[in-house]
Amino acid sequence: MSYIAIIITYIIVSNFILTQFLGLCPFLGVSKNVESATGMGFAVTFVAAIAALITWAVQNYILIPFNITFLQTVAFILIIASLVQLVEMVVQKVAPPLYKALGIFLPLITVNCGVMGIAVIATRTGYNAMESFVAGIAVGLGFLLAIFIMATIRERLDLEDIPKPFKGLPIAFIVTGLMAMSFMAFDRALLNNLLG
Amino acid sequence: MFDLSTILAAFLSISLLGAFFGISLAIAGKYLVVKKEQKLYDLERSLPGVNCGACGYPGCAGFAEGLFLGKAEVTGCPPASAEVKARLAEIMGIVVDVNQEKKVAQIHCCGGTGLAEFAFEYDGVKDCNALYSMYQGNKVCKYGCLGFGSCIGACPTEAIEYDGKGLVRIIADKCISCEKCIAVCPTGVLKMIPVSADYVVSCNSNDKGAATKKACKVGCIACKICDKKSPEGGFKIENFLASIDYSVKGERASAAEACPAKCIVANK
Repeated sequence: MSYIAIIITYIIVSNFILTQFLGLCPFLGVSKNVESATGMGFAVTFVAAIAALITWAVQNYILIPFNITFLQTVAFILIIASLVQLVEMVVQKVAPPLYKALGIFLPLITVNCGVMGIAVIATRTGYNAMESFVAGIAVGLGFLLAIFIMATIRERLDLEDIPKPFKGLPIAFIVTGLMAMSFMAFDRALLNNLLG
Repeated sequence: MFDLSTILAAFLSISLLGAFFGISLAIAGKYLVVKKEQKLYDLERSLPGVNCGACGYPGCAGFAEGLFLGKAEVTGCPPASAEVKARLAEIMGIVVDVNQEKKVAQIHCCGGTGLAEFAFEYDGVKDCNALYSMYQGNKVCKYGCLGFGSCIGACPTEAIEYDGKGLVRIIADKCISCEKCIAVCPTGVLKMIPVSADYVVSCNSNDKGAATKKACKVGCIACKICDKKSPEGGFKIENFLASIDYSVKGERASAAEACPAKCIVANK
């Protein structure tokens, strides 16, 4: 599978947020304004890409040779958690306002099923190192795309007169549903047509 | 199914992975450490640390940050003693008059069991606000203490207790002036008074004298005798209720003595 196909697959065709419904927690939690949403998107991209690469290495050089693939989940979580710690330190050092805006959701990338998802899916699909890495980036960018669109919509929704019971999260879920439906237009057939 | 080598491999690989990541993070932590401002740290250390939220910030750390950024006032922390405020001012390098007298909550009702008349019997949830939602309480007087002690639950320092006579009592020494009890009390019978106050008009009724007299044996009937007996005492009568202006430092004992309803009581 070519890299372009991988990128299009994970950004659009099987966008983790809008077609696979993975990692919805930060998606709804940090999408209140565009700035922190973008920051979160890049943080997830970074973690997903590095995690995909390292989990590939661990899978192929440690878990498979020693025949202990049953430890996959534990090992992957260990890797992702450590990476998130690192990202947290970097963000706190480099961009304190972003660190404040992301709040609890930054450490929560640890349990972001999107990041865990790409690590597992990449090994299941049998990607090589570079493909895993690219898939990780693509998943992150897909997340970034979704959360960016969501944040712009929610910024406008703040100014609208929404009935009280729908204010806040309920309307956000409805918007997510509508976005997911529109993303259904991108299916595998489209990918085949595009890439011949 | 699993032989010893698999178990060993599993154990070793995960431990080594964990150790590797742990050490790398420790090294990264050395380089990426964010120094907390010494001033901020000092401010946080100086605050009472009860996290009562009376300052309007989320806890003492939040208030320290507000102070640090110049958004909060040194005097904005009600529980802080004068020394603490002085220390905060010193850390911030500013001069503030910190000698405002501490205020404490006090109950302005002495119509306990047997003194206040009841309008109906209440058998519901033992909560002042629940009771208040029904005809503003089960006492004939709609201004007094309802006695279920919602304030006791709200108090962060356990400064309020039942007095065993259908009212609550406030232990002034424990009160940190956070005013949480005042926020939760539906009748407004709790009010802030200076900690040095000698007497309290222990009634909150704005009913006319005759109505108050029917409702409670110890209610203020706005007879103005206190003002006549102690003209220097700072008594004023508004809305059929006497109150004391504590900025006036006059003699109040004879007014308390003369009060026909005996609702001017010594503050203890």
